[in-house]
Amino acid sequence: MNRTLYGNLIFELSKDGRRGYSLPINQFGDFELPAELRRGEDACLPECDELTVVRHYTNLSNNNFGVDTGFYPLGSCTMKYNPKINEEVAAMPQFQSIHPEQPAETTKGALALIECLEHALCQLTGLAHFTFKPYAGAHGELTGLMTIDNYHRSRGDVSRKKVIVPDSAHGTNPASAAVCGYEVVEVKSLADGTVDVDDLRRVVDEQGPEIAAMMMTNPNTLGLFEYRIPEIAEMIHGCGGLMYYDGANLNPMLGACRPGDMGFDVMHINLHKTFSTPHGGGGPGSGPVGVREGLQEFLPFVSPYNGNYAVMMKAYAYILSLGKEHIGMVGPLATLNANYVKESLKDVYELPIDSLCCHEFVFDGLKDKSTGVTTMDVAKRLLDYGYHAPTIYFPLLFHESLMIEPTENESKETLDGFVEVMRKIAEEAINDPDTVKTAPHDTPIGRVDDVLAAKHPVLTFKQLRDEQD
Amino acid sequence: MSFKYFPHTEEELQSMLEKSGVDSLDGLYAQIPESIRFKGEYDLPSERCEMEVRALFQRLADENQQLTCFAGFGAYDHYTPSVIPNLLSRSEFLTSYTPYQAEISQGTLHYIFEYQSMMAELTGMDISNASMYDGATATAEAMMMAVAAGKKVNKVLVSEGINPKTMDVVRTYALHKGIDVVAVPLKDGVTDLDAVRQNLSEGGVAGVIVQQPNVLGIIEDFSGFADACHGQKALFVVNSVAADLALLKTPAEWGADIAVGDAQSLGIPLQFGGPYLGYMCTTEKLMRKMPGRIVGMTRDNRGQRAFVLTLQAREQHIRRQKATSNICSNQSLMALFVTVYLSLMGKEGLKEAANLSYAGAHYLCQRLTETGRFRLAFDKPFFNEFFVRYDGDADALYQRFIDAGMLGGVRYEDGFIFAVTEKRTKQEIDNLVKIAAL
Amino acid sequence: MAKVIEGLFYSESHEYVRVDGEYGYVGITDYAQNALGNVVYVDMPDVDDEVQAGEEFGAVESVKAASDLISPVSGTVVEVNDALEDSPELVNQDAYANWIIKVQLSDTYETHNLMDAKAYQEFCESQH
Repeated sequence: MNRTLYGNLIFELSKDGRRGYSLPINQFGDFELPAELRRGEDACLPECDELTVVRHYTNLSNNNFGVDTGFYPLGSCTMKYNPKINEEVAAMPQFQSIHPEQPAETTKGALALIECLEHALCQLTGLAHFTFKPYAGAHGELTGLMTIDNYHRSRGDVSRKKVIVPDSAHGTNPASAAVCGYEVVEVKSLADGTVDVDDLRRVVDEQGPEIAAMMMTNPNTLGLFEYRIPEIAEMIHGCGGLMYYDGANLNPMLGACRPGDMGFDVMHINLHKTFSTPHGGGGPGSGPVGVREGLQEFLPFVSPYNGNYAVMMKAYAYILSLGKEHIGMVGPLATLNANYVKESLKDVYELPIDSLCCHEFVFDGLKDKSTGVTTMDVAKRLLDYGYHAPTIYFPLLFHESLMIEPTENESKETLDGFVEVMRKIAEEAINDPDTVKTAPHDTPIGRVDDVLAAKHPVLTFKQLRDEQD
Repeated sequence: MSFKYFPHTEEELQSMLEKSGVDSLDGLYAQIPESIRFKGEYDLPSERCEMEVRALFQRLADENQQLTCFAGFGAYDHYTPSVIPNLLSRSEFLTSYTPYQAEISQGTLHYIFEYQSMMAELTGMDISNASMYDGATATAEAMMMAVAAGKKVNKVLVSEGINPKTMDVVRTYALHKGIDVVAVPLKDGVTDLDAVRQNLSEGGVAGVIVQQPNVLGIIEDFSGFADACHGQKALFVVNSVAADLALLKTPAEWGADIAVGDAQSLGIPLQFGGPYLGYMCTTEKLMRKMPGRIVGMTRDNRGQRAFVLTLQAREQHIRRQKATSNICSNQSLMALFVTVYLSLMGKEGLKEAANLSYAGAHYLCQRLTETGRFRLAFDKPFFNEFFVRYDGDADALYQRFIDAGMLGGVRYEDGFIFAVTEKRTKQEIDNLVKIAAL
Repeated sequence: MAKVIEGLFYSESHEYVRVDGEYGYVGITDYAQNALGNVVYVDMPDVDDEVQAGEEFGAVESVKAASDLISPVSGTVVEVNDALEDSPELVNQDAYANWIIKVQLSDTYETHNLMDAKAYQEFCESQH
């Protein structure tokens, strides 16, 4: 990554009369859109030659950090390596050129791949069927909840309008429940970070007939396995509800435990986490939804075609590369890496729950709070040392949450290097707190003024230009 | 155990286990009750080396029939300049996370700002979000936004001019959210304004959703729609094919409050349905009701111009169940795709491609009607897609197209909906007509 | 220590109402603005909208948080504080001087359900 800012916008490189394209000449004669149907003014788009465009975006990329640049200890995000062969096969023209309205007999290969991927996901999760329509994890959550809603409606069981969500859940869980028309009932976590089963029992006793489902991720967002899951599932099923598994934390379960065996009925998978497809700076993702036998007829129509098909191809390439021989090692190695980092840092960072973790764990800031150095400061200082920041201020259970997830792809050297830097920052917090509090220093830009951005939103080049005038 | 994506040596494994306080990998899972531990073997294929993976995909690829595309119906076979895949494969873009850490994500934040600027220009609207999944889900999000922006209203009017698959997605969202969707029928191939007015006058309407060009390819005249909506405090939502906005009257010119649609038509490959790119633009007034990520300009503590995710208080990770939408990603890489496309094409190239598509479609339509077997279903203006009725066995003809290596549009009622882009040559079109005329 | 003013009425969701005859001026308390941090936007209702005690009528947003505004009283909005549109930071500067909406009260007796300054002070202290 280039440490100096390349600050241009493509609009600022534009010159009237330049062109960056070439198109065939019109051989069809004079057909022209009538004037009364035309827009009044042309869209003000940049006019650049091809090299200018190529350099501009290449320079922009140099101000970006990616998995290929360095280590992401980003909790709950599973930033694993994105193998290159996946990209290569997904770009094959005989897949890229398929129109989604093409008849099935002309797309046999593409359809066979969906079937193979579905089979693999069923094997890995213990569920019976998958739909690939959801475009991302959050979309999958919504799809799963709609499935549950359809199931209850089909039975005339229309009073179930509540979904139970633990207070440690990802923010998307309650948001998806609300978009699906559900009311959210929060259950508390115990001091050890797992669901308070007594609180849950109280909720089930009081509101059982209104409960449509319980949403959980297991391991939870603290990286702890909810070991009472069989009991929880029994309780929810007992009151007529279904169990929804948020697949965001599925990675450590590969080779260890399957959501279907834990008692879950419906789940989504984030292919861009567990199955190595790239995050792309925030998408496209893919959030296939799996269901237990009998629920497949309730899957809703949430997108027109096959979801993000090209993303699915990459996931299948990953599964094939690992094969049954290696896929079961993903979970244990990710878990080992997390525990190794946790144990190597817990004397200088506050570890509120000191036990074996799965793929991730949460520190509650530095152990020594007297320096005034916050989790935000530590995260920003890490950027100076060439690491991405961990997930911070989530989960909401602690004030200074700092959540770390190293994936199975990271070597011991990488982890040792990270541990060394984390310890160094802890020392800096004592000896040179100002440097930490004002970090980052060595990045293309320093800390940004979020308040200015939100108070006076400038969201387009036109607004930016108006601002300057 | 050694494998190319796992760096652990046997020795390292032992020392790391020791540090973790367990004596085996199995020991790491001590918390999992024995009864639910997975102990079997997955019924999966054996590992494939890289050559085998490539060969297997090639074999599947060869089972797909390559067809010359004359289909549209929401997904268009436009040209992709070779610069785009090349830039998109840069791992600094491809393998990066959501740009929450602005200091090391200026690349992503920059292009999203450019994307927002370009989409606002294209639609004529004030602002754009950082993109959504696809056109259908963006339309459903627009419906929810209209309901959230309104006061105690939960009815939405949707023109039957929108793609039926978009309609199905909208209905799915509406069913669960408890929104009442009323379909407005087409009259002579276009949305019936009288029916819209009639429904609006009954009250309780949050928004009216239309599509341009509509599902039959017809360019609709939306004069009077916005006024009718605003008179009843409903929002006017226009779903447009992004590429066609190079020439067509913009959603803003029609008085839209929300402009949505799919931007796949801006050069994104068909790839069997995805990933595509949904866009959503709106007015400044509705800015804070808009779902999805938004990038804004600010300054850093060194005084440099910088870009950052902003207006986040609307989003699910802060609002949780109070958020209007649960969306938490955009289709960032596809937004980069479209941004590079629009940078290369510029305003002239975009118009040129649109003109070529328009001309090719009108040429095809003319040639088909000249055969005497086809007739344009409605005498209405169209862009690069049109609905013709066929005097004959349409299913059989569709199969003849396939046998000749062509995707002869989309079968619709007693005919076809054909689409033409700048990729179709005169020769390809003439070939299609030749088969159609048999 | 958050500022609390005598003579106002307070809710547990940290809104206040200053009653002036048949009108009530509703805003968020100093405690609330402090907890929220830099206010970047205040989402206000329209004039003539009805508000209900205990129901949401808008929201206050900071960069990293958003908080719904719950009306402590019922009535009709007769004025909104337009100054907050351009300068939401006024809420941080003086939360009590910068009320958010002025309500024509439909039931002046409703304030009896709210806390007085002393009770609210104690309530805030119990929140730590």
